[in-house]
Amino acid sequence: MKFHGKAHKFGDDVNTDYIISGKYKFKTLDMNELARHVMEDLDPDFHRKVAPGDFIVAGSNFGCGSSREQAPLAIKYANVSAVLAKSFARIFYRNCINTGLPVVECNTDLIEAGDDLEVDLAGGVIKNLTRGVDLPVKPLPGVMIKILNDGGLAAHFRKHGGFNID
Amino acid sequence: MGQTIIEKILSSHSGQKVYANDIVVARVDFIMGQDGTSPLAIRAFEDMGGREVFDRERVAFVIDHSAPSPNEGVSALHKLMREFARAKGFRLYDIGEGVCHQLIPESGLVGPGSLVIGADSHTCTYGALNAFSTGVGSTDLAGGLISGQMWFKVPESFRFVLHGVLPPAVYAKDLILYLIGNVTADGATYMSAEYTGEAVKALSVEGRMTMANMAIEMGAKAGLMEADEKTFRWLARYTDRRFNPVSPDGDAVYSRVKEYDVSRLEPQVARPHRVDNVCPVGEVAGTPIHQAVIGTCTNGRLEDLRIAADILRGRKIHSEVRLIVAPASKTVFLDAMREGIIQALVEAGAAVVTPGCGPCVGTHNGVPSDGENVISTANRNFKGRMGNSKAFIYLASPATVAASALAGAITDPREFVK
Repeated sequence: MKFHGKAHKFGDDVNTDYIISGKYKFKTLDMNELARHVMEDLDPDFHRKVAPGDFIVAGSNFGCGSSREQAPLAIKYANVSAVLAKSFARIFYRNCINTGLPVVECNTDLIEAGDDLEVDLAGGVIKNLTRGVDLPVKPLPGVMIKILNDGGLAAHFRKHGGFNID
Repeated sequence: MGQTIIEKILSSHSGQKVYANDIVVARVDFIMGQDGTSPLAIRAFEDMGGREVFDRERVAFVIDHSAPSPNEGVSALHKLMREFARAKGFRLYDIGEGVCHQLIPESGLVGPGSLVIGADSHTCTYGALNAFSTGVGSTDLAGGLISGQMWFKVPESFRFVLHGVLPPAVYAKDLILYLIGNVTADGATYMSAEYTGEAVKALSVEGRMTMANMAIEMGAKAGLMEADEKTFRWLARYTDRRFNPVSPDGDAVYSRVKEYDVSRLEPQVARPHRVDNVCPVGEVAGTPIHQAVIGTCTNGRLEDLRIAADILRGRKIHSEVRLIVAPASKTVFLDAMREGIIQALVEAGAAVVTPGCGPCVGTHNGVPSDGENVISTANRNFKGRMGNSKAFIYLASPATVAASALAGAITDPREFVK
């Protein structure tokens, strides 16, 4: 999987209430509707600024807070191709793998807002084309690669009839 | 090699001796979903080709986050949950029963040594009963509903050794806020927090639930404690089932250990908009308050309501403050009525809402206005958490919230507690 787009930069500890507010997520299963409100409390215009393929780039502990799976889904339906952060909160991280939103741990200090990025998940490389630097990527645990390769946990279950992670 | 509590529980549920960072598929004893997460889990269940749940006695849905429904969108999702639970033959706790994290412990189905997953981040609450319980997303929940299993990376453990006993008018909430402020919002990411020491032993089971509940606010996967006589007495009200208490080995390996002396701790407040933005109450005393909230899975239990009622009884809240009280469950509500607690709260000026999550998640029951300050016993003060990103949320103990409601400004509760 290879993606190309611009960086939209956020700080540390972006919680799932900021990704998609509880006042919206309880009302609907329409992810296109939720995508219109993604990151709204941090940047009300975010859903208008983001172009297909763009990246959310953040500091540490991205996705902390609630277990709402609407958070990765709303990001995915906003056409964001991947989230790059120094670190992720654990429930959010699992939810991303399960729903097929790529998440990458890397040193995001080397990326500024608006930078042009190329992310090659299989090759494990992020190229910051604006600044001409390559960022090393922390590899995913094997079990997560297996689930991602199957297309998420639901597809993994359909394929194997249950967990098959050995 | 010795094991921590979580290593032992994951070993007993996966049939092999496991240690931190091992990856295992483990058997799950109980699975819970609430109304913010179950609808997506139902969709994932169907997407996975699920037909029946693995064991209808070990599954429950709870309608607590927006209960009763405030609008037609929520109503449709509640209906979906009711129909699914009825079709699969498992229990659904409908509106008015209470918050999932009070109901599941009260069900008697969860106790020492249990492994529980719940599609709600505060599922870590049952660590107070020596159960490994953790929050998951809707797709993980669906996988659990079908298979009765989940995969885990065995967490490293972070041991909090808490010496001394809390002073008067200082509670479990103050202690956990202090710890979160000290280690920060990602200080225990992906770790199992193990709380131990004299201060934990001295806490009631309810206070321990407050401590376990907020483990997620430092990024932890669990907030565990050992079981003792208090645990067994608490459980005996709800079940005669026998559990398998789990203690850590003397030579268990901890990634981090921190020791604290709590005997001089002051009441603590988390300031907007971060749970780890914590200070002693004196630093924010006098901040005007427009709304006060007592309840939630953190502090809506009988002990919490009793502490608030003892401060509010015979007094009136400030004329410019709204006080909202949400008992954590119907059982708590009934107990509080029998004790005269509800009467004291209502006479003081409280508005009591349906047992459940109350206004904590911003769906109903008291969305603050622009520029207003709220003081709440809840666990999160993120911007917009209560439905308005232009409001400011302070987190504190039931005593501090009650004292602040009386004064109309953030107030040190120690002057009210003898």
